[in-house]
Amino acid sequence: MSTIRGRAWTFGRDVDTDLIIAARYLTMKTAEELACHLMEDCDPDFAQSVKPGDIIVAKENFGCGSSREHAPLAIMGAGVPVVIAKSFARIFYRNAFNTGLPILVAPDAAEAIHQDDELEVDLRTGTIRDLTSGVDYQAEALPDFMQELVAAGGLLPYLKQRHGGRAGRTETGDTAAATTAEPGDAGRD
Amino acid sequence: MGMTVVEKILARATCRSTVKVGDVVEPAVDLAMSHENAALVINQFQEIFQDTGMDATVWDPSKIAIIFDHRIPAESSKTATNQKKIRDFVATQGITKFHDIRGDEGGICHQILPEYGYVRPGYVVVGTDSHTTSHGALGAFAFGLGATEMAAVWALGRVLNVEVPSSIKVVVNGSFGEWIAPKDLILYLIGRLTAEGANFRVIEFHGSAISKMPVSGRLTISNMSMEAGATAGIVPADDETELYLRQEAGVTDDIERVLPDADAVYEQTIEIDAAKLVPQIAKPHMVDNVSPIDEVEGVELNQIVIGSCTNGRLDDLEIAAAILRGKKVARGTRMLIFPASWRIYKRALESGVLMDLADAGAFIVNPGCGCCLGVHQGALGDGEVALATTNRNFKGRMGNPEGEVYLCSPATAAASALTGVITDPRKVGA
Repeated sequence: MSTIRGRAWTFGRDVDTDLIIAARYLTMKTAEELACHLMEDCDPDFAQSVKPGDIIVAKENFGCGSSREHAPLAIMGAGVPVVIAKSFARIFYRNAFNTGLPILVAPDAAEAIHQDDELEVDLRTGTIRDLTSGVDYQAEALPDFMQELVAAGGLLPYLKQRHGGRAGRTETGDTAAATTAEPGDAGRD
Repeated sequence: MGMTVVEKILARATCRSTVKVGDVVEPAVDLAMSHENAALVINQFQEIFQDTGMDATVWDPSKIAIIFDHRIPAESSKTATNQKKIRDFVATQGITKFHDIRGDEGGICHQILPEYGYVRPGYVVVGTDSHTTSHGALGAFAFGLGATEMAAVWALGRVLNVEVPSSIKVVVNGSFGEWIAPKDLILYLIGRLTAEGANFRVIEFHGSAISKMPVSGRLTISNMSMEAGATAGIVPADDETELYLRQEAGVTDDIERVLPDADAVYEQTIEIDAAKLVPQIAKPHMVDNVSPIDEVEGVELNQIVIGSCTNGRLDDLEIAAAILRGKKVARGTRMLIFPASWRIYKRALESGVLMDLADAGAFIVNPGCGCCLGVHQGALGDGEVALATTNRNFKGRMGNPEGEVYLCSPATAAASALTGVITDPRKVGA
């Protein structure tokens, strides 16, 4: 399950969230609807050509710009299982993990992988294997919390599992909610 | 070891005496802001509580602000239905800091929060809008996040897993030349740092040019710190901050200034001489694609926009009026004015500024964000070129991927309106 195999779609630096999903589509609700317009202003044919399992590979600062969560949603809606980049803009980085889209920071891989290369990605270890060139790459290790979010499938399932909804509120003094906390769950920091 | 402003704010928000860069903390939130995307937050928020047996009630309705600004008045039945859903939620939850589509208290979120005193120095402010960085202008740690993360904030009252960011100290000394504005400063800085240069970092502003800068200008530079990737852009609180909060926002309670220690550690320090700045232009389609105005003078313009959360404040409109008063917007170029709030709109109306602009041919539009992001009013036609005081020029902004957007200060926008081409305001004057 943690190993993914797919074709690479390469993009340049500073792919902003307006390019990932243009503002004119933000009233669409489902990931599938949004996916029909994924990367439209970057590559108008992309949404029609990308296949479930294909992998987006980009240079620096992927996802810069607006805080819109539609961006990771549109990517997931297209069936893209992981985005590999040299670096991600902060809000997109957090939105991706929060919404359950795995992303990998792998500068060497992002620099070297070519369009249409066949990739094999182990999300657990962060190993990226370019089957076309025969070169292996290692993504940067994910911070602990992000690993937990990946394992849970995003922030909402994480909160449900770990905190029983709002039980994490105990630290701020909500005693009513404290009674529903599971032992050991309060006080993550 | 001394602490930066963001370190001090995060220490306080986590009840610690000290934090350092790289610590992972879960700060308590003082203000959580959303606009129409609150509709998405509501979905995620309700999902958290589904099947838990608990009521989906927010942690503190007095600390949530919801401001309608992105599509006002609603441009479609879909938007109107979303806004209705949010209104119902606001009423059910008892959210008090709610600004509906109204001429007495409406406006763009990043103007309403300061105007109403919702943000104070030292606060942790989060918003489902990337330009939430604006509120660093009042000495707060203010940053943007997505709808799912905001749902967790509404439930928990804190942000999970915040890594204490390092800070870049930007020291701006000297006086701005005539017709040179805070917008020119921030565009210059973004060009120098690049769109990624401050990613995961905080920009902390210092220097005599910042001390002398009114809160309106500080809001511009904090707002656009985001375009260098910054988590936040903070101006440490000073007399000007307090004056603004007392006079403009009517704040009467104590205002505590959170200031950096003298031995605070910064990742880097950038020094800028304000006197050397010339008008700056960000060219399509990236905000860090910045050049001095002489490299782009003469570019023909179809649309000029003054307004938005970046430059729709009263002094911005006054500068434009000073340049355009008694003159005319060039035929073939349309000029749109979007004040940042109705309070500003009405002051500009009373003072005659809006009359001057309208008489010159400018088209006055209601406060709102729609034009900047391209979802409501002011779209570009295929192949058209805009010059705007807004904060983004990405492909597809202003509603058309076949259009181009250049960014500039209000003075540059007004001077260019007279000629219909990008024009150095120093050559036009008033």
